[in-house]
Amino acid sequence: MSVLIFIDQAEGHIRKASLEALSYGAKVAAQLGTSAEGIVLGTVTEDLPALGKYGVKKIHQVSNEILNHFDAQVFANVIAQAVTGTGATVVIFSNNVDGKAIAPRVSARLKAGLVSGAVALPDTSNGFVVKKNVFSGKAFAKIALSTPVKIISLNPNSYKIETGEGNAEVVAFNATVDAPKVKVTAVNKVTGEVPLSEAEVVVSGGRGLKGPENWGMIEDLAHVLGAATACSRPVADVHWRPHHEHVGQTGLAIAPNLYIAIGISGAIQHLAGVNRSKVIVVINKDPEAPFFKAADYGIVGDAFEVVPKLIEAAKKLKGVA
Amino acid sequence: MKILVCISKTPDTTAKIAFTDNNTKFAQDGVQWIINPYDEWYALVRAIELKEKDPSIVLHLVTVGAADAEPIIRKALALGGDEAIRINADSHDSFYIASQIAEVARQGAYDLVFTGKETIDYNGSSIGGMVAELLDLPYVSLAIKFDLNGNTATITREIEGGEEVCEVQLPVAVSCQKGMAEQRIPNMKGIMGARTKPLKVVEPVPVEALTSIVGFELPPAKAGVKLVPADNPAELVRLLHEEAKVI
Ligand SMILES: Cc1cc2nc3c(=O)[nH]c(=O)nc-3n(C[C@H](O)[C@H](O)[C@H](O)COP(=O)(O)OP(=O)(O)OC[C@H]3O[C@@H](n4cnc5c(N)ncnc54)[C@H](O)[C@@H]3O)c2cc1C
Ligand SMILES: Nc1ncnc2c1ncn2[C@@H]1O[C@H](COP(=O)(O)O)[C@@H](O)[C@H]1O
Repeated sequence: MSVLIFIDQAEGHIRKASLEALSYGAKVAAQLGTSAEGIVLGTVTEDLPALGKYGVKKIHQVSNEILNHFDAQVFANVIAQAVTGTGATVVIFSNNVDGKAIAPRVSARLKAGLVSGAVALPDTSNGFVVKKNVFSGKAFAKIALSTPVKIISLNPNSYKIETGEGNAEVVAFNATVDAPKVKVTAVNKVTGEVPLSEAEVVVSGGRGLKGPENWGMIEDLAHVLGAATACSRPVADVHWRPHHEHVGQTGLAIAPNLYIAIGISGAIQHLAGVNRSKVIVVINKDPEAPFFKAADYGIVGDAFEVVPKLIEAAKKLKGVA
Repeated sequence: MKILVCISKTPDTTAKIAFTDNNTKFAQDGVQWIINPYDEWYALVRAIELKEKDPSIVLHLVTVGAADAEPIIRKALALGGDEAIRINADSHDSFYIASQIAEVARQGAYDLVFTGKETIDYNGSSIGGMVAELLDLPYVSLAIKFDLNGNTATITREIEGGEEVCEVQLPVAVSCQKGMAEQRIPNMKGIMGARTKPLKVVEPVPVEALTSIVGFELPPAKAGVKLVPADNPAELVRLLHEEAKVI
């Protein structure tokens, strides 16, 4: 009986979402009176024992070159072996791109109940009940798991990272690793930008910005705040901005600490992708824009006048010229 | 070549979200149902495009749902596809639904199984991966482009912070999202034709559900917006820094 946390890495670096999963998993273990362990696949350049500060005592590592590239089928198979081999009864994933591909496979393989998109610690007062997001952030559902092995896939940015003291012991885990059936032929990473799904601050523009030539100020504001940029769907549809920036019901769902919406009306389908943000700021020239109802802070005004002043004020705060 | 597209029914994106029976059931009164946008706009339309290019492709749609799912699957048939299968079961457990789909997929020996990226009501993003596992197929999730060349699929998929192009031999399971295809409106001919296309109803295989819904909750209402004068954005920066502590 233990809690096993999948540590997601890319090119040797641990993803931030996995640090949240580690903190969360450690807390679940404490709640159940058991220990938290990690599982990492492939080669990692970061200091693995140091992950002990997130509350894991032991990290199982499967060092096999095949695992340096993600494959849902191969990874799920290895993790299922680790779950069985370590006797884990709770398995934690981050509900990010990789987690969404492997957690369901592990669930089906082990016939272990899965809650994907969890937003809180399990309630173990009466069974094992996990709260998750449903209706695209418009509600929560409480899901009961009663299978011997339980899987939770934690929504990014919904659990605060906690750190303490201590180092984790890294042990090799021997697993059978199959050759992947999917062959990757090209990888295009957006470099130099903050990935939208991991960003703590997001600056987003809508049709109110009139045209792609006006995105300079959105990028400038994002740059000063160390933010990622996003947009509404019509903006991506007419190719003012790339598709991967589109947030909402049919685009990416994000949950940053701060979402700044500029020239976006706040249609329900847009809100569905951003309503989990902790703080929402709306800048819109129409005081009746529906977005103000979902906002924490707002400015009723013309973006072309407000945003340049906002950039100046933000620069002052951050001490950049 | 046989393609299976998984179609689910979801409340319209503007539906009011409320619950009844002591917050244990979704309030269906007055709710309009639609085809889950990811299933319709991306998975189904891309499959139809593949069939338009190669008419020898057999395209089947499958839904796990009670009789009230039939209008939705007919609507999907109006867009395209040769026949539909409704598995007569009502469940919100992903493993149960995936097991039913896997059974149909196994019996029909499909080369390609398309799902949407997720349902916009239960937001599981789980069924595609589960179906793949149950059938022991490779799984390419969050596909944004899909092409076929004989028995090889070339797929562009989303990865954290970018995209990746990959190749895989059929059979494969793929979850689809924006980029795969452009939304289509069914035409009169399609709507008329859909009425005569076969809709088979099959009974579910016995499967134990792995999860159950205990209840629902609505998020706490927002306190209300704090407005800052348009000529003083510096005040907004101050509030975000000192009060909200987010910058
Ligand atoms: C099934 C379905 C799914 C959808 N999915 C999504 C989705 O995932 N994401 C999404 O975003 N949309 C989605 N939509 C579309 C959505 O309904 C809205 O049409 C869209 O979000 C509107 O985008 P917008 O706010 O940028 O543009 P508009 O609605 O045109 O709003 C522009 C806003 O800018 C303001 N404005 C104009 N000029 C200025 C100025 N100078 N300064 C400040 N403000 C200004 C206006 O007052 C207005 O509020 C979906 C729709 C459907 C039917
Ligand atoms: N009841 C269902 N019947 C058929 N396919 C479904 C059903 N529910 C979900 N799916 C498919 O699985 C995908 C992912 O659903 P989910 O895992 O619930 O988010 C959907 O986009 C559909 O393609």
